[in-house]
Amino acid sequence: MSRITFATVWFGGCSGCHMSLLDLDAWLFDLASKVELVYGPLADQKTFPDGVDLTLVEGAIANEEHLALAREIRRKTRVLVALGDCAVTGNVTALRNLAGDPSGLLQQIYAERGDPTLAVPRAPGIVPRLIERVTPLHAAVPVDHFLPGCPPSAPRIRAMLEALLAGAEPSEIGRFG
Amino acid sequence: MAARTLTIDGRLVSARAGESILEAARDAGIHIPTLCYLDGLSEVGACRLCLVEVAGSNRLLPACLTPVSEGMEVQTATERLREHRRAIVELLFAERNHVCAVCVASGNCELQNLAIQVGMTHVRYDYLNPVCAVDISHPQFGIDHNRCVLCARCVRACDEVEGVHTWDVAGRGIHARVITDLGVPWGQAETCTSCGKCLLACPTGAIFRRGTSVAELERDPKRIAQIVAARQERW
Ligand code: SF4
Ligand code: SF4
Ligand code: SF4
Ligand code: FES
Repeated sequence: MSRITFATVWFGGCSGCHMSLLDLDAWLFDLASKVELVYGPLADQKTFPDGVDLTLVEGAIANEEHLALAREIRRKTRVLVALGDCAVTGNVTALRNLAGDPSGLLQQIYAERGDPTLAVPRAPGIVPRLIERVTPLHAAVPVDHFLPGCPPSAPRIRAMLEALLAGAEPSEIGRFG
Repeated sequence: MAARTLTIDGRLVSARAGESILEAARDAGIHIPTLCYLDGLSEVGACRLCLVEVAGSNRLLPACLTPVSEGMEVQTATERLREHRRAIVELLFAERNHVCAVCVASGNCELQNLAIQVGMTHVRYDYLNPVCAVDISHPQFGIDHNRCVLCARCVRACDEVEGVHTWDVAGRGIHARVITDLGVPWGQAETCTSCGKCLLACPTGAIFRRGTSVAELERDPKRIAQIVAARQERW
């Protein structure tokens, strides 16, 4: 049986969801026999490839790079999964929305309250600009499946992956938080 | 006591006159989701999660507030009701900042449980992200308005069970907030006896015991009904 192409993406999150994925321990070998990892923080690949079968996204949409990549991923992915509360609800990452437009906050942190000789980092193409409001993934692009949890436990990630690999509808919704 | 016969989800059910559809359904083992309803307190019909369809009425009626009547035909779980319930729960999540990951009630929260019950996988509405206060002026308890769903269970527990009416609701729409006394910080509310009944009644992490860390919260909302029942026995 040929392996499907598989990607994982890390947006505005703490990496806990990826850690939970790694918690799959020995089952990762089973997974590796069924998927070919083509992109993600665990793969050395700079650009998101075409024709990906399954992509898991950790984290909320917090900056312009996330937004652009989310759109690219959606165009190039068959099945897109929001992995964890940050991707599903915005979660901790979205707490910065309470502070309003982030430009004032950055100005305060980098310039006013810090070293007055410093300025807000601006390097087009290198340091992405924060977007005004952090949003869940589905507010930016259509999402096929949601796996809440902060992070979702390894057994729940496994259950979802097993269902998707078998071409079945994942059943368990699971808890937030 | 006069009996009434009605059907709920096609099942023949008998109930006492004056009983609500919710009580009749529960007696018959039919589960209707609720949030603002709490055994032992009066009903207010605030959350609308218990909406049901009653033949002959084109409005949806709250089961907790609608008395049974002879021959009534009730549906509790039609596709339309399910969709409404899911939308209500999503709107509750969108209206305040329910960051479950950092909430004392996480894993022990009626709102979280409801989300699972109604099949909410994500929120289809824009989050409002309001700036909400946290009041820890009371020496034992705190109120985090980020988590409040305005069910008024604290208001009723304090008024009807403790009998002091420290809590109330002020403001309208998205500006509505629960307040203590006439809007003073909880620690300055002279009527508060620190009995903790509002804490017992609260379905989310909005009212918490100070010093409780994430997922340490333990509370049993059934105790309100036990207190009420115990009192009736004695008096
Ligand atoms: S959902 Fe939780 S574990 Fe996952 S990235 Fe967000 S904060 Fe980290
Ligand atoms: S009150 Fe419940 S739903 Fe709200 S944040 Fe806390 S755990 Fe989540
Ligand atoms: S503080 Fe708790 S009990 Fe009171 S209205 Fe808010 S959610 Fe309900
Ligand atoms: S439980 Fe009936 S309206 Fe809230």
